[in-house]
Amino acid sequence: MKTLLVACLASALLAPALARADDFTLTIKDHKFTPSELKVAAGKRHTITVVNNDATPEEFESHALKIEKVVVGNGKGVVRIGPLKAGKYPFVGEYHEDTAKGVIVAE
Amino acid sequence: MLGALIIVFREMLEAGLIVGIVLAATQGVAGRGRWIAIGIGGGLAGAAIVAAFAGAISEAFQGSGQELFNACVLAIAVVMLMWHNAWMARHGREIAAEMRSIGVAVSEGARPLTALAVVVGLAVLREGSEVVLFLYGIVASGTSMGSVFLGGVLGIACGAAFSALTYYGLLAIPQRYIFAVTSWLIALLAAGMAAQAVQFLNNGGLLTAFDNTMWDTSWLLSEGSILGRLMHTLIGYTERPTGMQLIVYVCTLVAMYLLMRIARAPQPRREATV
Repeated sequence: MKTLLVACLASALLAPALARADDFTLTIKDHKFTPSELKVAAGKRHTITVVNNDATPEEFESHALKIEKVVVGNGKGVVRIGPLKAGKYPFVGEYHEDTAKGVIVAE
Repeated sequence: MLGALIIVFREMLEAGLIVGIVLAATQGVAGRGRWIAIGIGGGLAGAAIVAAFAGAISEAFQGSGQELFNACVLAIAVVMLMWHNAWMARHGREIAAEMRSIGVAVSEGARPLTALAVVVGLAVLREGSEVVLFLYGIVASGTSMGSVFLGGVLGIACGAAFSALTYYGLLAIPQRYIFAVTSWLIALLAAGMAAQAVQFLNNGGLLTAFDNTMWDTSWLLSEGSILGRLMHTLIGYTERPTGMQLIVYVCTLVAMYLLMRIARAPQPRREATV
């Protein structure tokens, strides 16, 4: 386990060197995502910045993407996805699932 | 109100399940109530602190702070579970024997209840911080606060009830098997946590090796469903596991097995005593 932690720390230092394919932004306002559909290239890594313009916290969650990320009110969080096979990957804001939902389309 | 109840209950499921299993695994050990209460209390305090600093944690390490934090919390829990199982492999037989002969709780002894208290605390901390943030959001938005808040409280109560259900369900297992069963449950729990931890490292962009999705069983059991969530906690069910998650899952199980084999006290040979 110790070696795992050391490996984590080592890779933490190396992380900035990793090439990023594309950057996207998702904005939360009134518990809704804009855009609600995001097209990304399949087979690549992407970075999505989730900007929360509501005063309340939100949890960006997607089982399809294996992501759980808390984004505080009036804050932002970075989500890394991919490489994805072509297909649809739904996501929700877990705290307001009725309105906060969207889908990432990999093609 | 129902919405809030469901959200809070869902978050509570994982912690509830872990508390129930830990209670069953420590059956017959004096002082366990106090240790587990300390774990829950510490976890709640930690959850409030984590929730308060959620923004700062999130922004740390170039935006990977939350992922790194979650991975570390899970990794510590895995180590504690391994320690517990290794200890049980060595002393479980004596405890079971004593329980049968005296019929009451055995003395505290050198039992590493601290390990399980830490596991409980970390589970409560991880899930609890999300509940705290959710409830904070309701308070902050100020809309129809009363009924939603009531829903949240009821959700917590349901989580506690579920924990009790897990505990009493496990107690129905005959006493001579209970330590074997809880040891296996804890091994699977640990393997699932380890697989979850590497996924957090992946999400943080810290470990991207072997991250291809191996298969997709979302058509069979969705991770978003209650059963899916239960299986996620219990055995680490993931609808789309990556190669790295599988590797870590299997390695944790193997490591746990080997550790328990090594720790096992030499068995008294019956033939020799005749």
